[in-house]
Amino acid sequence: MKKTIAIAVSMAATPAIAGTVTVTIPRINVAEYHVPYVAVWIEPKAGGPARTLALWYDVDKRGAEPGTKWLADLRTWWRKGGRSLNLPADGVSGATRAPGAHRIAIPASVKPGSYTLFVEAAREDGGRELVSLPLDIPTRAAAKASGKTELGAVSLSPR
Amino acid sequence: MIRKSLLFTVAVCGLSLPAFAHNAWLLPSTTVLSDTQQSVTVDAGTSTAPFEPNHNAMNIDGVKVWAPDGSMGTPENPAKGRYRSTFDVKIDKPGTWRIGMENVGISGSFKVDGEPWMVGRRRGPPPGAGGPGAAAPGAGGPPMGGPGAGGPGASAPGGRPRIDPSHIVASVDEIPANATDIDLTETMGRNEFFVTAGEPSETLFKPSGKGLEFVPVTLPTDLVSNEPAQFRFLVDGLPAAGLEVEVIPGGRRYREADGTQKLVTDGDGVLTVTWPMAGMYWLNTSLTDSKPANPKASKRRMSYTATLEVLAP
Repeated sequence: MKKTIAIAVSMAATPAIAGTVTVTIPRINVAEYHVPYVAVWIEPKAGGPARTLALWYDVDKRGAEPGTKWLADLRTWWRKGGRSLNLPADGVSGATRAPGAHRIAIPASVKPGSYTLFVEAAREDGGRELVSLPLDIPTRAAAKASGKTELGAVSLSPR
Repeated sequence: MIRKSLLFTVAVCGLSLPAFAHNAWLLPSTTVLSDTQQSVTVDAGTSTAPFEPNHNAMNIDGVKVWAPDGSMGTPENPAKGRYRSTFDVKIDKPGTWRIGMENVGISGSFKVDGEPWMVGRRRGPPPGAGGPGAAAPGAGGPPMGGPGAGGPGASAPGGRPRIDPSHIVASVDEIPANATDIDLTETMGRNEFFVTAGEPSETLFKPSGKGLEFVPVTLPTDLVSNEPAQFRFLVDGLPAAGLEVEVIPGGRRYREADGTQKLVTDGDGVLTVTWPMAGMYWLNTSLTDSKPANPKASKRRMSYTATLEVLAP
């Protein structure tokens, strides 16, 4: 009886997500601006496969130069695991985002442990930047990092 | 002039080339692709500093394309400029490709009635149609990266003794029975680069157990400037311990130093390379021993050259 209650309580207490990442794409004043390709992924600190949380690229572009052609420009993500994804991936692939703050849910299925969160952005006719942040699941405290050029603030919150 | 006569001496005597030899290089436009709808375009030349087209175009007739599934691809749009040749390769299958040239042959010298003769690649223009060994199958082939490259194919005007063109034979089978002072060297060389589309594969890295071979520990299309890379070298399938390997970054003329790293493999034949920066690198090694496959040869000269792309982290 006690056990049943405990389970019920723990189920009720488990949120649908393990946390939220907020990625800010900065507004960049250039004559020819293209929104960046962005990958967000986590890697277990102890080593192990990367898990991609979000990938923003030109999903719908087809033809001789499909949107996937430039995914390798997110070179760290590509090497750490991007190249093994079947794209488009449900819940991961999405269209490119305009400058501003964008929220990404960390799925509840991410196992407890210590991770590093990575955000990589590459922009046509622009630069490329990688920002990382330590991440503990379950997330207890907010954390923040910031890019200098292609990425703005990257923050973590428990909810 | 001095350089050319040295090259000639070297070719005849089968010694290793001096460090200032012209290097044969392949320069791919990229080595990492995210799909199978693209091509790499490749420059090929020989020059002192790798990847700088300022001396001679490479003969690319012998370029081979090994696709990840074991099939052979085809180089497309070949063209020869003054200082470099170019070709494209359609990367239409996922996995890791090997693209380049391999050369197996025998060259050297012998004497007939005291007159010097040569076996191997004809230097200088062919004597005319129908001359023995005009095609020189297996003897010459495209230039390899390092020793054995020979650099320019044209003969030097003066400065070196010329062998009568009629005293050159294409293969060991044509050596007359009354030949003396036979000094033959078997040459085996590879000059290549790697391209990966999607996930890398290791099917093309299974060693054959013959000659000098490069077996990556770190995949050659996974190189990052802040991570040391390891490659194993084998000779006849056994670790090539103590092998000297040269690693030269491209972009020589934008630096003071040539940046050459002279490295040595460890007891397991493993070479560890730390990259001072991102960019294209030219790796070259050679080894001479006395274990030729052909019983008529006394020496075996093996060389291996690879172009490696190192990305920034």
